[in-house]
Amino acid sequence: MSKIVKNKRSLSARLGGLLFVLPSILVVMIFVYGLILWSVNVSLTNQNSGTKKAIEYVGLKNYTDLVADERFTHSLSNLVKFTVVFILGALVTGFIMSLLLEKGIKGEGFFRSFYLYPMAISFIAMGTVFNWLLNSARDEEAGGLNLALQKIGLGFLQNDWYVSERGSMYAMALPAIWQMSGYVLALFLAGFRGIPDDMREAARVDGASESQIYRHVLFPQLTPTLLTILIILGHISMKAFDLIIGINGKSYVTQVVAVYMWEATFDKRDYAKGTSIAIVLLIMIAVVVVPYLRYNNKQQAYR
Amino acid sequence: MRRSSFRLVAAAAAIALAVTGCSSSSDDAANEDTEFEIFTWWASGGEAAGLQGMVDVYKAQNPNTEFINAAVAGGAGVNAKAVLQSRLDANEPPDSFQAHAGMELDGYVRGGQLEDLTSLYASEGWDKVFPSDLIKAITVDGKIYSVPVNIHRANVLWWNPAAATKAGITKAPVTLDEFFADLEKFKKSGIPGLALAGKGDWAIAHLLDWMLLATMGADKFEGLYNGSTSWTGPEVAAGIKNFQKALSYGNKGAGNLDWPDAGKLVTDGKAGFFIMGDWASAQWQSDGLKLGTDYTYAAAPGTVGTYQWLSDSFTLPVGAPHRNAAIAWLKVCGSKEGQDAFNPKKGSISARTDSDLSLYDDYLKSAAADWKKDRLVGSTVHGATGNNALMAAYNAGVGKYFSGGFKDNAGLAKDLAAAYEAGKA
Repeated sequence: MSKIVKNKRSLSARLGGLLFVLPSILVVMIFVYGLILWSVNVSLTNQNSGTKKAIEYVGLKNYTDLVADERFTHSLSNLVKFTVVFILGALVTGFIMSLLLEKGIKGEGFFRSFYLYPMAISFIAMGTVFNWLLNSARDEEAGGLNLALQKIGLGFLQNDWYVSERGSMYAMALPAIWQMSGYVLALFLAGFRGIPDDMREAARVDGASESQIYRHVLFPQLTPTLLTILIILGHISMKAFDLIIGINGKSYVTQVVAVYMWEATFDKRDYAKGTSIAIVLLIMIAVVVVPYLRYNNKQQAYR
Repeated sequence: MRRSSFRLVAAAAAIALAVTGCSSSSDDAANEDTEFEIFTWWASGGEAAGLQGMVDVYKAQNPNTEFINAAVAGGAGVNAKAVLQSRLDANEPPDSFQAHAGMELDGYVRGGQLEDLTSLYASEGWDKVFPSDLIKAITVDGKIYSVPVNIHRANVLWWNPAAATKAGITKAPVTLDEFFADLEKFKKSGIPGLALAGKGDWAIAHLLDWMLLATMGADKFEGLYNGSTSWTGPEVAAGIKNFQKALSYGNKGAGNLDWPDAGKLVTDGKAGFFIMGDWASAQWQSDGLKLGTDYTYAAAPGTVGTYQWLSDSFTLPVGAPHRNAAIAWLKVCGSKEGQDAFNPKKGSISARTDSDLSLYDDYLKSAAADWKKDRLVGSTVHGATGNNALMAAYNAGVGKYFSGGFKDNAGLAKDLAAAYEAGKA
């Protein structure tokens, strides 16, 4: 008898809870998943705001067109270059900084927020500033980084930065690295802190040198942290839009997938093409993020 | 997440505006609408001042209509065009919106989103006061869909008189040969001959647009856009070769510069010539520079006697909630009074041939004189001869050429041909 009452209670509690989350579930259903489906639908048609012709389903034509579209492959290869340099750069700098802070030096808290602070700056504001810093003028006319390099006697390193023919996307990754390496630092530092001190002590007792402790005891334990960082940076990088726009507008030389998507949708008003680019981008990000989310959920269920 | 939140903002803006503008319209010709909403992106500087001048004229004639400028009230900034588009597609248009006259309206026209205004041209007498070349260029299948409020000239050559004197240049180059000779003189005097602005690609595309016109002449140039001149033929190839030669005289680091930065190189005497539309003059005057001493102008070489124009215009969307108020607005836009209130502040000339020249500065006076007698040709990169799809592909093709180290002339011609095809699709 008492059991039934308890069940009833929990049912009503569950209903109440459901009522509370229902609005957000509905909003997310409509504005995220509903619109994704809607976009998929548009991407399978020939819908184009510029013409009166009847909307017809054209199957995967928009997607196969993208493969042959030089503009799309250009923006995709730009994105790949940007992603590789950005992730490697942020990982290496963030990791080195975390190694330096890991020992618990004086003023660690200060340094942590000091390096994390660039994250608080919006991409668009940062883009404007880096647009000035990455000025390609050299020698007497130089400004920004080129001028700084001259002043410290490294004038031979002066560079075309993001307007150079081959290196434009590598230069574009610099501001992103500058911004996100502090975040990588914070994540790695948390990873180090998560390793119990007993392990280091046990290793020391066993006669391990300090470098051996790092190589064989600490680094292996950071693998989940590394994975987290790769996923987070990876999906930030693939969505890159505001940084690129902030630095170089819609210029061809630095165009990435998200910028091309914007151009196709709002400049050319070719909705079918715009949505198919959007779906490709979504799939690329999902390939990276979904396995990670599943892995994470399993880990939490296990705990 | 970003995409969906943008949609949310757009939808919210559309809803808010729809709620404010839902009173019904009557077919009565008199304007009894209490509200009128336009969509423009003239929000600051001379553009906003000029628009205000035109709004004042409108208010004097329509005291009972409240004027709403949606772009400013919405604060949508760079998203204004996207919001406009989503409202048009949702059949919730503003009463009138701003767009370049000519092919930029192509998508709206083909989409059936604009009303035919031809009868207004007859009743207001605009068919007589606007030049016939202009009327011809904005007529699509016998119908006109917008009212031009101003005319900018694209093919203008600007330079700094002091820098020219120093380089030994005594008069403006009239032909392309003289132009290249002068570029060489500037180079010898120690400054780059031509100021280039690579950011966003369009200013370089603007340069190419002029160079094609200068190389092949107005007839062949117009042929590019009606199919009688081939994009992969010898005329375009010659134009691109000249373009390549002109680029070789450009300033270093052009890729970082927007057009005002490149213009400043010229007014500071750090670069020789600048090919830019005449909004440059308005910008420099607002910077406090003096026409004649700090900078001077001529029709761009090779195109003397040809006026390459672009024009801002207003439209009447199908289903405009305050149609009568909108028609009253379009009448102000086309009127002598409205245009003379707007243009001196915007730094452009009136599209009408009967404007009151005493209100305009010296540059604009000479432009207005040319407007009356020159051969008129539309600008490609500013929406007169090219629609949005063409412009986007054209700019990207030029950007690819400009940022690449190897100048693939045949490749550029192919990209331009593809851009023309993209415009027709």
